[in-house]
Amino acid sequence: MRKVVRGFYAIAEAVRLSRPNVIAAYPITPQTEIVENLAEMYANGELGDAEYVTAESEFGAASMVLGASAAGARAFTATSSQGLLLMTEVLYNAAGMRLPIVLVVANRSVSAPLSIWNDIQDSISVRDAGIIQLYVESNQEAHDMLPLAFKVAENRDVLLPFMICVDGFKLTHAYEPVDLLDQETVDKFLPPYEPAVKLDVNSPVAMGCYAPPPYYMEFRVAMECAMERASRVMLEEFERWYELTGRNWGGHVVAENCEDAEVVVVAMGSVVALVREVVNRMREGGKKVGLLKIRTYRPFPSEDVRKALENAGKVIVIERALSIGAEPPVTADVKSAIFGLDAEVYPVVMGLGGRDIPRELVEKVIDDVMEGKVKPEKRFEGLNEFEEVIP
Amino acid sequence: MELLKKIEWCPGCGNFGILKAFSTTVDRLENEGIEKGRIMVVAGIGCHGKLPDYIELPSFHTIHGRVLPALTGMKLANPDLYPVGFSGDGDAMNEGLEHLLHAAKRNTDVTLFLHNNGVFGLTTGQFTATTPRGVKTRTTPYGNPEEPLNPSLIALVSGATFVARGYAGDMKQLSEIMYQAIMHRGFAFVEILQPCVSFNNTWDYYRKNVRKIKPAEDFDTAISLSRDLLNTGIIYRAERETFEEAMLRTK
Repeated sequence: MRKVVRGFYAIAEAVRLSRPNVIAAYPITPQTEIVENLAEMYANGELGDAEYVTAESEFGAASMVLGASAAGARAFTATSSQGLLLMTEVLYNAAGMRLPIVLVVANRSVSAPLSIWNDIQDSISVRDAGIIQLYVESNQEAHDMLPLAFKVAENRDVLLPFMICVDGFKLTHAYEPVDLLDQETVDKFLPPYEPAVKLDVNSPVAMGCYAPPPYYMEFRVAMECAMERASRVMLEEFERWYELTGRNWGGHVVAENCEDAEVVVVAMGSVVALVREVVNRMREGGKKVGLLKIRTYRPFPSEDVRKALENAGKVIVIERALSIGAEPPVTADVKSAIFGLDAEVYPVVMGLGGRDIPRELVEKVIDDVMEGKVKPEKRFEGLNEFEEVIP
Repeated sequence: MELLKKIEWCPGCGNFGILKAFSTTVDRLENEGIEKGRIMVVAGIGCHGKLPDYIELPSFHTIHGRVLPALTGMKLANPDLYPVGFSGDGDAMNEGLEHLLHAAKRNTDVTLFLHNNGVFGLTTGQFTATTPRGVKTRTTPYGNPEEPLNPSLIALVSGATFVARGYAGDMKQLSEIMYQAIMHRGFAFVEILQPCVSFNNTWDYYRKNVRKIKPAEDFDTAISLSRDLLNTGIIYRAERETFEEAMLRTK
C-alpha cells in the first residue's frame, strides 16, 4: 500500500512486520522517533508477543538485545552517533558471538563539537566490527531492507549482526511515498526465527568464552568467512525479494551510465539521489558521467566496484566521513578494489555535520574533475574560509 | 552577573530559575573573593546542557552522562578550582549513573546540580529513570512500568557528604543551597525539582506541595527525609576526608 510517510515510520513498520521478539533502545536524536513509533505499536498491541524496553543507556540497550538474541529471540535496536559509539563494545561482542541482531543507525555526526546533524562518521567508525552494513538512499529502500536484514543475518551461513544505515533527518524525518509491505508478503519471505544455537538449560552452551592464543584467531577468521558468504546470501535474497515484491534493488552496487563514462561518481546513502539527478542532467548535456551507488559497504563488494569502474578514467568518491590522518574510508576501499587499473581517484569530502550539499556543488565537483582543474587527491568542498587557530 | 543572550529554553522552563539562582550564587562567591575563573562549569547532554552557553564562566560540555568524571579530573588536575557540574535526570540517573556512586564514595570535592524534571526534554518527552510509575510518555504510551529512582537517596547511601534538594521555583532557597554546596568541602549533591513546561509540567503540583526542611542531625533521619520527594532544603552534611586530600596524603 503506497502511502506518504516519514522515514522513521517506514522503518518502524518494517520492524513490526518482521515480527521481532525483543526491542530495546535508548532515545537519541534523530533515531528517537523510530523506537517511539515501536513503543506506540507495542501500546496498541500491534507488536505480537514482542517485548519493548527503553534501556538506561545505549550500552544497556545493546546488551539487552545481545542477551535476547543469545536466548534465541529475534532482536532489534536503533541508535545514532554517540549512542552507536557507546554500543560499540557490545556490538563487537555480538558479532563475535555470531548473534544475528538487526540494528538501524540514523546516521549523525559525532562529538566534539556537539552536532545532532547528519553525516556517516558514526557507522563508518564500526565498519571493522564484523557487522554487515548497508547504506540506503530512500525510505522505501530502508523499509524493504529490514525483512532482508533479518533473513540474511539469521541465515546459518552468515549469523552476523546486520546494520542498516539511514541518513538522520535527511531520510528519517523526510516525508516520502513508500510502498508499505503487508504481513502476508513479509511472512512469505521471512520465516519465524529458528536459532542455530541458543542458551538453553537442556542443551547448555557457553557464549563469549575465553579463547587463548591457540584458538582465538580461528574464531575471527570464521567471521571473515561468514562475511564472504553473506555477500552471496544477500544476492540470493535480493533476487527472492524481486520475485516476491517486484522491487529489484539490484545487488551490492548499482552502476548507472558507467559503461562509457569518463567520470564516475561513487556515493553512498541519501546523497546518491542527488548525484543521480546531476548525472542524468549532465548526460542530457552530452557529458559522459556515471554513477556508482554502493549499497553494501560491509562486506565490501570489491569485484562489483572494479567491474563498474573498469572503463572509467576518473573516479570521484563523495565522502561524508573521515579517517583522520589517512585516505577517507570509502576511497581507501575503492582504491584497493581497483588496484592496478588506470583510473585516477578524486576523494571529495562534503556534508560533514549536516552541511548542505547543493546540486550546484556536485555539478562543480564533476566539472572540475572533467576539465582537469583539480588533482586526484583528498579535497574538501563546501568548506567556509577559516583560519585554524594554533594555540 | 550578566547572562549571555539568545536563550533557547521553552518559555516557562524551570531552567531559568536554576540559571538565575546560579548566577546569583556566582556573584556572591565573587564578592567573597573567589575569582570567576576558578569556577569551572561542566554540563552534560540535555536541555540543562545549554546552561554553559548562557553564562560567562569557563565551561566544558561533556558527552551524555559523563559530567562527574570530568569534574573529578578537573579537581585532581587543579585543586584550586571549584568544579561545578550540571546534569539532567536522563544525564545522571540513566546514562552514567555509576559515576554518581563513585564520586560520592570517593568524596571528590566537586558539586553536582541535577536538574530533575522526570523526562527527556531535549528529545521531546520520553520517560527517564525518575519518571514516576504509570506516567505516559512517548516511549511509554502504555504508562511507565518501572519504579522511579530517588536521586537524593542514592547520593546519600553512596556516601555523599552534602545532599540537598532544591526547587526551581524558589530561587532564594536554591541559591543559598547552591552557595552552601559549592563551599562544602567534599562531594556536594543537589537535586533540583524542575518542571518541564512542554513534557512534564509540574509547576502547579510543586508550587502547592513542596515543603522546606531543616538539615537532619543524623544519617538515618537524612535517609527518611530524602525519601519524601517534596522535602526541599539541605538534607544532610558531614565531614570526611576528601579524595584529593587522601591522594595527597598517600603520595
